[in-house]
Amino acid sequence: MNDHLRYLAGRASAGLITRREFVGRAAALGLTATAANLMLSQRVLADGPKKGGTIRIGVQGGSTTDSLDPALAANQVPLLVGRLWGEPLVELKDGGGVEGKVAESFEGSADASVWRFKIRNGITFSNGQSVTAEDAAKSLQRHSNEDAKSGALGIMRSVKNVTTDGDTVVVELDGPNADLPYLMADYHLLIQPGGGMEDPTAAIGTGPYILKEVDMGVRFIAEKNPNYWGDLGNADVIEVIVINDNTARVAALQSGQVDIIDRVPPRTAGLVNRAPNITVSTTAGPGHYVFIAHVNTAPFNNQDVMMALKWGMNRQEMVDKILSGYGSVGNDTPISSAYPYFTEFEQREYDPDKAAFHWKKSGYDQPILLRTSENSFPGAPDAAALFQQSLQAAGIPMEIKREPNDGYWSEVWNSKPFCTSYWGGRPTQDQMFSTAYLSSADWNDTRFNVPRFDELLVSARAELDDVKRTDMYAEMGMILRDQGGLICPMFNDFIDAHTDRVAGWVDGAAGFALMNSYAPMKMWVA
Amino acid sequence: MSPIVKLLAQRIALGLLLLFLVSILIFAGTIVLPGDVAQSILGQSATPEALANLRAELGLDEPPVARYFNWLFGVFQGDLGTALTSGQDIATAIGKRLGNTLFLAFWAAIIAVPLAIFLGLLAVRYRERWPDKLISAVTLASISVPEFLIGYILMFFIGVKLGWFPPTAISYRPDADLLTKLSAVALPIAVLTLVVLAHMMRMTRAAILNVMQSAYIETAELKGLRMFTIIWRHAFPNSVAPVVNVVMLNLAYLVVGVVVVEVVFVYPGMGGYLVDHVSKRDIPVVQACGLIFAAVYIGLNLIADVVSILANPRLRHPK
Repeated sequence: MNDHLRYLAGRASAGLITRREFVGRAAALGLTATAANLMLSQRVLADGPKKGGTIRIGVQGGSTTDSLDPALAANQVPLLVGRLWGEPLVELKDGGGVEGKVAESFEGSADASVWRFKIRNGITFSNGQSVTAEDAAKSLQRHSNEDAKSGALGIMRSVKNVTTDGDTVVVELDGPNADLPYLMADYHLLIQPGGGMEDPTAAIGTGPYILKEVDMGVRFIAEKNPNYWGDLGNADVIEVIVINDNTARVAALQSGQVDIIDRVPPRTAGLVNRAPNITVSTTAGPGHYVFIAHVNTAPFNNQDVMMALKWGMNRQEMVDKILSGYGSVGNDTPISSAYPYFTEFEQREYDPDKAAFHWKKSGYDQPILLRTSENSFPGAPDAAALFQQSLQAAGIPMEIKREPNDGYWSEVWNSKPFCTSYWGGRPTQDQMFSTAYLSSADWNDTRFNVPRFDELLVSARAELDDVKRTDMYAEMGMILRDQGGLICPMFNDFIDAHTDRVAGWVDGAAGFALMNSYAPMKMWVA
Repeated sequence: MSPIVKLLAQRIALGLLLLFLVSILIFAGTIVLPGDVAQSILGQSATPEALANLRAELGLDEPPVARYFNWLFGVFQGDLGTALTSGQDIATAIGKRLGNTLFLAFWAAIIAVPLAIFLGLLAVRYRERWPDKLISAVTLASISVPEFLIGYILMFFIGVKLGWFPPTAISYRPDADLLTKLSAVALPIAVLTLVVLAHMMRMTRAAILNVMQSAYIETAELKGLRMFTIIWRHAFPNSVAPVVNVVMLNLAYLVVGVVVVEVVFVYPGMGGYLVDHVSKRDIPVVQACGLIFAAVYIGLNLIADVVSILANPRLRHPK
């Protein structure tokens, strides 16, 4: 019987019989449909990628106002499209670490303050021009110079100078940073001919695909780049379709109008997964939903008020009700197990008694004002209401002020003392801490200022010993957890889905959505 | 015909004045909204330097009044300008989008207007009997349900469960053949039809019922004409004026009010284009869209007025 099943699975994965037929025949041999489907998908994976065909992906976040200039990419669609036509110097590896893309190899100086990236030999841009170290250096300069409006300007600030040395790009920093290669994997930093100084929106790069049709905010069609240096990319054609409405995106997947979608709403993910031809996949990532207080502003400058709020947060309830279980509990630091130097702390639980104790000790008795809006994270107003109730059980009064989505990021976030927000996370601790918790950071949205924390952050950058570095980040995590203005109840999973027309999904790749946005290239038409 | 020419001239002049006022209102509105285009482009990832650089590049450091008059000057020369966010030429982008919106509105109107008038006539013919009550109940129910909900219901049952039509309009391409295009927009057309049906149907019914009280209808009845002939030949022509007004209002709605349907069905029309740019505070695009929408509205109302005058002999031949 097993031989016969294996024979059938082989025929099914080769497309000689349909999946339905295979499941039917397997059932006749006494196998349940689930087991038969599982067996088939294992067989399809084991057969390896198939080339050819068209993969259509429906994604949220595109707008007619988007630009092809990678410097301006600010959401999922420009990111995904940029991945198709362009490449940064290096990219995150699925199992952790960094691998070369436009750069063949890279090395840091002993103190990690000068980094050399050797450009891959003999590769060309999609316009036929060969890639030189000057192109790469100019690309980096475009994102770091004074009048740049790049989204990567923040992470390029520590770059002092970019020069070339033959076929090598030399990046000089204003201090040591052992994580620089991670920074260079940023999705804005695509290498363009002449650095894209003349024509930033030309979409000419070294990527596995070439953009053939662009209808901003509607659809993008890309064809395989015949001169691509690597073996990335299975489908001949990739169609990226912008579907911002959640229901429409799921319906398009269910009816087979698209093969892959991102951001399945957590509340319906279970239902979607029940359909026989659809697989829902989750990726635990560094993204988190937060309640942030300015610790330099009354009443949040009172440590007991902060502790009362932290003990009064029911984290498990948040994960269950706001994320429908698609996520994990937070512990008031922005670092999850998705980070390379992660240390686990004792979990802070919901404890109304301790919350009430700290509240009394603080001597403060006015209601706390929390500002929230629907776009600060999905379900934020509901989460605020849950928080209000769990605090009430400890006798702590809280008022919720609903703010409009419009202008939330300019008027409320990083400006008002207590509000809801989200972070997409960063690939390394250093980047996350430097972006939002260093006392001098632009986005220090909790006004966090502990000299010891800043000191550790700078010395950890120069520390090449992993054990010592892990200890340093653990100490910083503890400082943040006990003195910070960050209340982090949950880390959200990315929820994507695909139909069985395509295969090759890898769970948890690099800790970001859609296999770090490589799904349409790494998957194949089954 | 001279009074009509005079009226037309008056109306067009008034329409232009209205358009001018509308453009001031829209401009003021987008200025009052919190945040500006530079902040929206850079989003949460804005740094103060990047913001200042972008503002200078887009000319946002000029005072608002100067920006408005620059824009107005351009419009008088037939130049709608370029989008601040993407740098695209606005006229080209709007041209494509407007074509899509008109395509959808045209086919929705082709189905909805005759259907509404026919149902109205039918309701009068069988007034206060079950066909009248059924028609009223169904159309009033469909106008009372929010259109996005009707959209989701049709999407789920007709698109996903039955598979008769694609659930979203993503297979719509302006250069595809007509049949593909119509199948892609079948569900949006159905939703739009359901939304505009009731208004036109009820107005047709009310207007005709009004005329049905007249003495000449009684004469026609006494002559032994069939009920439907009386309604169609004698009553309807005299109730055209109010019906045309309502039809035009609904046609205008099909062009300017379909934002929700476009978003739900992922249809690349003017509505979605406008919403994207409003949320980015891209004022030139919002101005251009606003002008076009206002022009459509004013133009259709003008047509309604002219038609009701032509339909009324007393207005056509004034003493």
